[in-house]
Amino acid sequence: MTRGKKQTPRRNTLPLHLVAWLVGAFVLIPVIYATLGGFKRNSELSTNPFGLPSSWETGNYTEVLASQSFWLQLWNSTFIAVVTTVLTVGVAALAGFVFARFAFRGREALFTLFTAGLMFPFAVAILPIFVLLRALGLLGDPLGVILVQAAFGLPLTIIILRGFFRSIPGEIEEAAIIDGCSPFGFFWRILLPMAKPAIATVSVLAVVGSWNNFMLPLVVFTEEANWTLPLGIQQFQGQYASDTARILAYLVLAMIPALGFYAVAERHLVGGLTAGATKG
Amino acid sequence: MTTLTRGPEAKSLPAPAPASGRRGRALTITLFVLPALVLFLLLVVAPILVAFYASAFRWNGFGGLPTTFIGFDNFTRLFSTEIFRRDLWHLLVLVLLSLCVQLPLSLGIALLLHQRIRGRAVYRLVFFAPYVLSEVITGVLFSLILAPDAGMANQVLALFGADSDWLADPDTVMPSLFLVMTWKYFGFHMMILLAGRQNIPDELVEAAQIDGASGWKTFRYVTLPLLGPTIRISVFLSVIYTIQLFDLVWILTQGGPSHSSETMAVTMFEWGFKRSQVGYASAISVVMFVLSLIFALFYQRFVMRRDLEGATTSIGGRR
Repeated sequence: MTRGKKQTPRRNTLPLHLVAWLVGAFVLIPVIYATLGGFKRNSELSTNPFGLPSSWETGNYTEVLASQSFWLQLWNSTFIAVVTTVLTVGVAALAGFVFARFAFRGREALFTLFTAGLMFPFAVAILPIFVLLRALGLLGDPLGVILVQAAFGLPLTIIILRGFFRSIPGEIEEAAIIDGCSPFGFFWRILLPMAKPAIATVSVLAVVGSWNNFMLPLVVFTEEANWTLPLGIQQFQGQYASDTARILAYLVLAMIPALGFYAVAERHLVGGLTAGATKG
Repeated sequence: MTTLTRGPEAKSLPAPAPASGRRGRALTITLFVLPALVLFLLLVVAPILVAFYASAFRWNGFGGLPTTFIGFDNFTRLFSTEIFRRDLWHLLVLVLLSLCVQLPLSLGIALLLHQRIRGRAVYRLVFFAPYVLSEVITGVLFSLILAPDAGMANQVLALFGADSDWLADPDTVMPSLFLVMTWKYFGFHMMILLAGRQNIPDELVEAAQIDGASGWKTFRYVTLPLLGPTIRISVFLSVIYTIQLFDLVWILTQGGPSHSSETMAVTMFEWGFKRSQVGYASAISVVMFVLSLIFALFYQRFVMRRDLEGATTSIGGRR
């Protein structure tokens, strides 16, 4: 049966599987309920909540897919996530490079300042940030969200990248310098390509963080044209409060990009979280 | 060539490019660190300092800087309100539930998935998936599931002739909120703990088993102490996260019914953005910040300190 290889003693794993199935059901049933519910009529949701739809109504899904707002929100979320990630990782890589490979007075103090940022709750800063963005004319501007997200993403990104940059042997750098490489040339042409796994990890973390952000876009964006998916979902729920099946369809379609990304980038996400957690 | 300042990893430091020399090196350092520093100081550090500053004023957030200085009045007013005391109580409840229910659950599942059971890669993937879904998706999904009439949860209960108001009843709203938090976050803790477990050499556990230790004793005296550092990180993240809990509560209940699920961040948001009492709301932010900071400092001083002494010594320390 499912006996392990050498070290697991021969024993019955059925209870383990039962527990795993139970937990799996706890996780999956809400998602399955939503997916099937999207194919039902509202009236059927209350008469037949668990079973398969009696007639598969695709209308809820197709109407969402045909709506401009859904695609616009998808685009806004994607745009903000991509630019945030490029900015966060770019700026953090430069700083991480210096923290890892240059010795200068005040370096440790400066680095500690950044690491302390890990402990600053975002909710604490939101009010002054709102006032500041208004003063800068960045309310309603995606740039306002992007800059703030990048700033709050810096601590973790710098910590992880610095750790990785330090692990690259100094001889490689010496060789590059002897061959006439400038510090930036070394950084750009040698260090960054070598750091691809770490770059991938911090990028995945930045994408997920930006994609799921709610509080910041909530206060920055008032115009519907700027809404990201989380804002759109919240508004959609308010707008179609009684149309549960339609909200479920919207939810399921909004889950797909996140889950798809997760399926592709799972390894980097988990690696980043465990690295980030043990260093935080 | 200029001489290098001696640092911890001086040997891995480069000789600077000969042409640019010392000034070029200083320029490189400045140019490379500056973008991060500006962004960080302007949008992370400064706002938090401004929150401290604004908390001493009566201010609606408009018209440049606040002018009506009122000292600690915002704080005395805050501490005297019922709502804020309940925020603190809710924080305590959620922290205790997280530590006593969610964490043991995550630990149990992590240990389970460390076993060589068939399909554990799939289980792992599935259990972690909710963590990737945004708080808004999670919140809206569960607000539909826990809806009073047609919600799925009540239709399940109806099979047993029962029902519950879940989010609509002050008595059940906190457990319901916690249920949703568990759905979303247990996978995250499971993942950290699983990584921690995988760092423990299996030989140690086997040795205990060969010495005749029962499953429970192996867990109690070998696995658990060795997992100590990871568990302490998990606890730390749990508490820090709960102090600033906002998204899920805002979507699920907006703090209701009648403030029975309100958190500090929700109260702050209400006063700051809905009622434009930015000074007062800043005082709430400051309390959140100070709580996080005090907790972090104490925790690192008294709890995580043990991790520096090496995890193995704590085994010997126990009788």
